[in-house]
Amino acid sequence: MRRRIAAAFAWLWRYAVAGLILRHSKKRTVRRERELPASTRAETWTAVLLFAAALAGLAFVAIYAFDDANTQLLGLSIAVALALLAAALILAAAHVVPQETLEEPRPPFTHVDGTKTQGGLEFSSRQPYEEAALGLREGGDGVTRRGLLGAAGVAAGVGIGAAALVPLASLGPAVGNRLAASPWKDGVRLVEENGMPVQVDDLAVGSFLTAFAEGADKEELAASLAVVRVRPEELELPADRADWAPEGILAFSKICTHAQCAVSLFRYPLFAERSPGPALVCPCHYSTFNVLDGGERIFGPAVRPLPQLPLRIEDGALVAAGPLSGPVGASWGRVREEG
Amino acid sequence: MRRARGVAGARRARRLAMATLALLLGAFAVAAWAQPPVSRGPAPAASAVDVAAAGSGGAKVATGRELFETGCSSCHGFEGEGVKGQAPSLVGAGEAAADFYLRTGRMPLDQVGEEPLRGEPRYSSAQIEALVAYVGSLGPGPTIPDVDPSKGSVSEGMELFTGSCAGCHGIGGKGGVAIGGYAPPLGEATPTEVGEAVRVGPYVMPRFSERTITPEQLNSIAAYVALTQEPEDAGGFGIGHIGPVPEGLVAWLAALAALLLVARLIGERLGGGDAEDDAEEPR
Amino acid sequence: MPLTTRRVLRTVETRTGGTGALAKALRYVFPDHWTFLFGEIAMYSFLILVATGTYLALFFEPSTAHVVYHGAYAPLRGQEMTKAYASAVDLSFEVQAGLLIRQVHHWAADLFLAAITVHLLRIFFTGAFRKPRDVNYYVGLTMLVLAVVEGYVGYSLLDDLLSGMGLAIGNAVALSVPVVGGQLGVLLWGGRFPGAPDFLSRLFFVHVFVFPLLIGTLMAVHLALIARPHHTQFRGRGRTEANVVGTPMWPAYALRSLGLFAATAAILFALGGLVQINPIWQWGPYEPYLGTNGAQPDWYLGWLIGALRLMPHFDVVIGDYTLIPNPFWGGVLFPGAVFGFLYLWPTIERRWLGDRRPHNLLDRPRDNPTRTAIGAAVFTFVATVFFAGAADRAFVQFGVPYEEQLWGYRVLAILLPVAVFFAARGICRRLREGGAHPARDSGARLVERPRSVNRISGRS
Repeated sequence: MRRRIAAAFAWLWRYAVAGLILRHSKKRTVRRERELPASTRAETWTAVLLFAAALAGLAFVAIYAFDDANTQLLGLSIAVALALLAAALILAAAHVVPQETLEEPRPPFTHVDGTKTQGGLEFSSRQPYEEAALGLREGGDGVTRRGLLGAAGVAAGVGIGAAALVPLASLGPAVGNRLAASPWKDGVRLVEENGMPVQVDDLAVGSFLTAFAEGADKEELAASLAVVRVRPEELELPADRADWAPEGILAFSKICTHAQCAVSLFRYPLFAERSPGPALVCPCHYSTFNVLDGGERIFGPAVRPLPQLPLRIEDGALVAAGPLSGPVGASWGRVREEG
Repeated sequence: MRRARGVAGARRARRLAMATLALLLGAFAVAAWAQPPVSRGPAPAASAVDVAAAGSGGAKVATGRELFETGCSSCHGFEGEGVKGQAPSLVGAGEAAADFYLRTGRMPLDQVGEEPLRGEPRYSSAQIEALVAYVGSLGPGPTIPDVDPSKGSVSEGMELFTGSCAGCHGIGGKGGVAIGGYAPPLGEATPTEVGEAVRVGPYVMPRFSERTITPEQLNSIAAYVALTQEPEDAGGFGIGHIGPVPEGLVAWLAALAALLLVARLIGERLGGGDAEDDAEEPR
Repeated sequence: MPLTTRRVLRTVETRTGGTGALAKALRYVFPDHWTFLFGEIAMYSFLILVATGTYLALFFEPSTAHVVYHGAYAPLRGQEMTKAYASAVDLSFEVQAGLLIRQVHHWAADLFLAAITVHLLRIFFTGAFRKPRDVNYYVGLTMLVLAVVEGYVGYSLLDDLLSGMGLAIGNAVALSVPVVGGQLGVLLWGGRFPGAPDFLSRLFFVHVFVFPLLIGTLMAVHLALIARPHHTQFRGRGRTEANVVGTPMWPAYALRSLGLFAATAAILFALGGLVQINPIWQWGPYEPYLGTNGAQPDWYLGWLIGALRLMPHFDVVIGDYTLIPNPFWGGVLFPGAVFGFLYLWPTIERRWLGDRRPHNLLDRPRDNPTRTAIGAAVFTFVATVFFAGAADRAFVQFGVPYEEQLWGYRVLAILLPVAVFFAARGICRRLREGGAHPARDSGARLVERPRSVNRISGRS
């Protein structure tokens, strides 16, 4: 009994002290509105939601332990648990805990011109700003050759900074000839993905397949080709490529000259009089290359033509008759330079 | 007064939010399930020619010839020799081509020069058989392939499809642009149709001989196409199987929209400040 | 209960001297408006990303070494692929709850960027970026840039067909930077595309450590730079440039915010379990010589694919030196210009308005018609290019010819922003004259007052 009275007195005392402090404090809130919802219904519901969330969470554990990799049930159970938790928290926030509107002053910031504003009142208070500035300046008292030291400091910064950044170069090789490397030259055989040589008879007119340089890494950008076959009378190759397409078989780099996706669409009309002509199309941004004239671009954002490989036929198999007509892949500074 | 307005305003805002959400979800649903391009021809032609008693062999060819004269010769010529600038010669087109175009409703075309698109077949199955027999008789060409997906390997089919078909039809067989053509979705393609298209190369599709894609490989490709028609959706609702476009729509119209509603729910709370009353600061 | 609280507080005070700060934090006032919660949605998405990402990083193998798959998903069996891709497929099919966490992670990334976007729009159109919050605005913009790159790097780690194509394009964009593009592309990839054998493991480290550290640090700075001058607020009764009116952190606001966190998590886990995202087993592994039609980047890069597709085909060539390859326009210049506009806007607005005062009260969009109009126009420009990126899917769904769509979008990208500028400015001016606000706060409150209310109102 005594303890209870003491507790009550302690509580009253605390409240009184708090009230006094609040009353006399200038830094605290100036105005407040406070409502106690005092809704036992809301409290009950909050508790119910929390218990339900607990059950849903346990359901997740059970499903994890006993059901084999059922993503949907796992996701649903934990989602329900979290949704119930969210509902409980929001309900409590709105209907269980005290609802307050407070007003508090913002911390004053000093302006460039030294004035401070607070609540529309301007009062000159250069103090913290000037103190900071003065403190910084005072650090240089007695130092005579500031220019020399400053310049030396900058030089040290540049030198050490360069030393810090330079190891980044080890992350990658120099450009050198890397972007121009190609395994294709006269005599290199064409092979399919399984390593077997590409036979002329494999390709029907209107067909296409992916081929590679024999012995090269298939992932190497210049190694992959799109090989297509058209009717020889359809060809419109320029004079210097007249013999590049034996029996109407054409080979082009498979890598688009716009943004390096694989040119994996081949369009060949069944009825040429009423359909667009044969072309290779890239699925990324739809750059389209005419195969009949040696890979010139006819649609889309690509600028350089698709590099063509001259072919010849040896023992019924396809062999390169020289290097590709141009650099493979996307353009960069030196892509158009000869050699 | 303000309390009443507050309650009515709350209800109004809630209704507005619900309506907007319903509208957005509806638009999303429409976008997700709208139909791709199809041929819009008239209903299947009730031909006067009686096909029931056609029988086999020569009788079929004869029936086919009659059907051909009424339905096809105006573009393809009376002997199927083609008309320059209008329609190709069908000599050597083979049964596979005729069967493919007729069964998928791509032929007859409504307009010369249109791209043939899948639609309702214009002829009954028996009529198609007759026409196919006739076209096949015009000259040697690819026969209807015998494609059995169960004899193929889905894994091999996926590799082959990726290398030869996905560039146009998409890795999930949902179709796409093929500058100058339309690579259709493969959702309704039967194994036979797959095989026919591969051998024939319709419209601007390339064609693959039995050496490039062997019959066994064709079985595998058909098995993979069947898989794309019912993919393994371990992750839940497949939302179209075309990747980030519907995913982004869901992220915005489902996830973010729902969270914006939650924010709206908790953002203004009871007894909070009013914004409409006199401002104290000059602008 | 008061006894344990006091005991805890006493422990904290005697060890850290921090109860004063705690008391201040508990009473920190948050202004009430639902649009102020967008940043929180982004932050909670980020926390979920870190949590789920930590789990995923324990299973994923960022290795370019090739293996033959023999796992649970039959259509991939026998196919050759990188260990990275194989480990991601294993995670999806053979780790209990692995697919759930993977999908939650990816949905959270999409949501993270969507939330940042609406948050940015709110900041812009209410003028919250003005002094003294302009530095914080730059911090936020930088986080957006980092988040876009982080997302791109994250889904590219898996080495599936779609994201592999995206990396090829990224390399081409790097190469297209004038003068230094060649070195940049070779440096970042450790050689020519597809890159050095350790490319994926470097990408992994960047995604798992470097960028989360940067974003996390910037987020802490962002919150500090908000808390110091306190939040902005809309104008209203009793609200001045020198005060903040709203809900204190404890207890109501903390509970509401935690509720929002739980709701974000709930939605992400619901999506993660019920709606499939990035089903890499359906795409298959990537090789540089493979491609698929209909490949798209995640939504927050859609504006770039639109730009790359819309830009007409020209390089800038001087002699035989290619100064500006084509991907530069859509891949570097376009996003650079948009972000440049965003970064420079506070300065532009200050110069143009001659307004160097600090602002703690927000504008409604109508209060600054020109800012609203310019912002709406730039947004429309970006959105038009964004939708152009999905023109191929629009063709498949609705039959509108692709080539015509491109021309349509090119014209719209120029005309529509101009039209939106004038329309937005006109609407703002009319609203200002009319005075009535269409949807906001005509007493709209979604929480009703409870029946029994115990009022304590005090003035100190």
